[in-house]
Amino acid sequence: MTDQNTPLVEMKNISISFGGIHAVENASVDLFPGEVVALLGHNGAGKSTLIKILSGAYRRDGGDILINGETADIRNPRDAKKYGIETIYQTLAVADNVDAAANLYLGRELQTKWGTLDDVAMEANTREVMGRLNPNFKRFKEPVKALSGGQRQSVAIARAILFDARILIMDEPTAALGPQETAQVGDLIKQLKREGIGIFLISHDIHDVFDLADRVFVMKNGKVVGHARTDDVTKDEVLGMIILGKVPPGATPGPGAMKVA
Amino acid sequence: MADTVQTTTNSKTSGGTGQADGNPIAHFFRATEIDTRMLGMVGALLIIWVGFHILTGGLFLTPRNLWNLSVQTASVAVMATGMVLVIVTRNIDLSVGSILGFTGMIMGVMQARFLPEIFGFNHPAIWVIALACGLVVGGLIGTLHGLIIAFLGVPSFIVTLGGLLIWRGATWFVTSGQTVAPMDANFRLMGGGTEGSIGATWSWVVGVLACLAIIAAIINARRQRKRFHFPRRPIWAEYVLVALGCAIVLGAVSIANDYYWPVNIARRYAEANNIPWPEGGLFISQGIAIPVLMAIAVGIVMTFIATRLRFGRYVFAIGGNPEAAELAGIKTRWVTVKIFGLMGILCAIAAAISTARLNAATNAQGELDELYTIAAAVIGGTSLAGGMGSIAGAMLGALVMQSLQSGMVLLGIDTPFQRIVVGAVLVMAVWLDTVYRSRAK
Repeated sequence: MTDQNTPLVEMKNISISFGGIHAVENASVDLFPGEVVALLGHNGAGKSTLIKILSGAYRRDGGDILINGETADIRNPRDAKKYGIETIYQTLAVADNVDAAANLYLGRELQTKWGTLDDVAMEANTREVMGRLNPNFKRFKEPVKALSGGQRQSVAIARAILFDARILIMDEPTAALGPQETAQVGDLIKQLKREGIGIFLISHDIHDVFDLADRVFVMKNGKVVGHARTDDVTKDEVLGMIILGKVPPGATPGPGAMKVA
Repeated sequence: MADTVQTTTNSKTSGGTGQADGNPIAHFFRATEIDTRMLGMVGALLIIWVGFHILTGGLFLTPRNLWNLSVQTASVAVMATGMVLVIVTRNIDLSVGSILGFTGMIMGVMQARFLPEIFGFNHPAIWVIALACGLVVGGLIGTLHGLIIAFLGVPSFIVTLGGLLIWRGATWFVTSGQTVAPMDANFRLMGGGTEGSIGATWSWVVGVLACLAIIAAIINARRQRKRFHFPRRPIWAEYVLVALGCAIVLGAVSIANDYYWPVNIARRYAEANNIPWPEGGLFISQGIAIPVLMAIAVGIVMTFIATRLRFGRYVFAIGGNPEAAELAGIKTRWVTVKIFGLMGILCAIAAAISTARLNAATNAQGELDELYTIAAAVIGGTSLAGGMGSIAGAMLGALVMQSLQSGMVLLGIDTPFQRIVVGAVLVMAVWLDTVYRSRAK
């Protein structure tokens, strides 16, 4: 992918530290429309932290975020949503005790002209969106608690696309799912990609994401080891980046790359 | 589980209404969509009522006792509606009894000392101003608690434990411990009693209006479901619900109307209005008491807030998963502040009812009410783990608590033993609820 246009998202030289520990140091990543970028690294490599800065859950200490080439001011999750950034968290941030429609519209409920909740309209839209994503989904009236992992995941994804997300962040999207549901999420990602949505996939397991991603960024100890197009590198080479920080010839090294003597 | 549901639902129906089942009772509850948990509580209440009726030799289920029961429940029921929201968001409010005491004292002093000097005694503006002062003070105290909890990060248990001591102490300081009495004549109507009831005619008017509201609500719900092609209840189930709702409302009204003015008051009234005293005595219906109407109105408003407004949706979402709510862009801290502010206002309403009923504002007003309020909410199905609870359930819980106490008073059981029983019932109710929930999963 050449620089034929401005990136959808560009995070430049981002740093954040918690109590003196640099969780993310001088990290830069970018994402183009219709592209899937995987962010890989061990647990604690800083990938989730980096992406939480983009989704507004953390506030960065330094660095810039550019959306469509313009500086974006993201201080909290509400700001991020204004820029069309939607996040699906590893922990599936859904409210267990309310139904699918309430979760899809959480924080942005439809209201009637009297200022009351328009539950019927919300449920109607929910049925439509869920019908597109997961035609088997029938349990609209039950609290999300009663759903299976895959169904909860589809609720979380539906929530994101319902609001015309342009940038989708998926943190370990398949970690809680069985093989069949994982395949379903994979299909979904391809569909969203065709619609021109930029997707960040975060995972510590390369097998989950390598086939879905166009490019990979590898992080280690809070720094970006390097990035590469998935066509230019093999899985083993990427594993080398994750484990050793060794940058293969097909990849572009970053600040965290192993210093080769 | 998911697969079985998906395979058994072949039509457009979903969830609970879709599964076919041969059991007629289960079928009935599914068709009418009556909450079996709520029904269990009503059942428990009926058992308590009938039990006391038998034990007291027919004293419990009399119009007089039921009418008194309704008035006695009002104050705690009002506070319990707010406690539901507090507990649903995984907080607790231990200060409600003290806020009740303090706002009651403020309202008492306003109407008994300050306002009469300006307007003269029993001026119609007095009760309005006194009540407004109480509501504002209550709201401010609650908001202060909420701000400390949400923005300074002090746990609600500690903040309101402090509030319990602080506002009780402050109550003393308002009058240096003196009891303030009597209350303004108009204000006193909020306490019930012979004058604080609306009489037979108006009670029937209220009853009929309530029935019409039930019918309208059911028709509207059915229309909405039809508009979006959602599964509807079978038509007979709708009729059953209407009949049931109207029967309960009209039954309650007729019981309230079967309780007549005490002979002495009726005689005085007859003399004052030159009505000849009839042979068998003069029967003037009390009708529904004003505090009961206030409590019901609060219940309806709070249910509306909890289920029909964004605020209520946020309250439950925060209770279910605070992190998810925050990430969804909900201003969780402000929601907390509003909940506690609302709780303070409800305490002031409860204070108005209880000071009006006592015809005095005292230092000890509302002591232990925090525990009865929490108990009512918890017996009513509010989960201390957060995310679950209903306003109607909490009000029913308040009625259960009050029924127990009132029944034991009729039986002549000593106060210490009453407390033992109430405590034991609370623990047992929550245990039963836990069993029910683990089975429901």
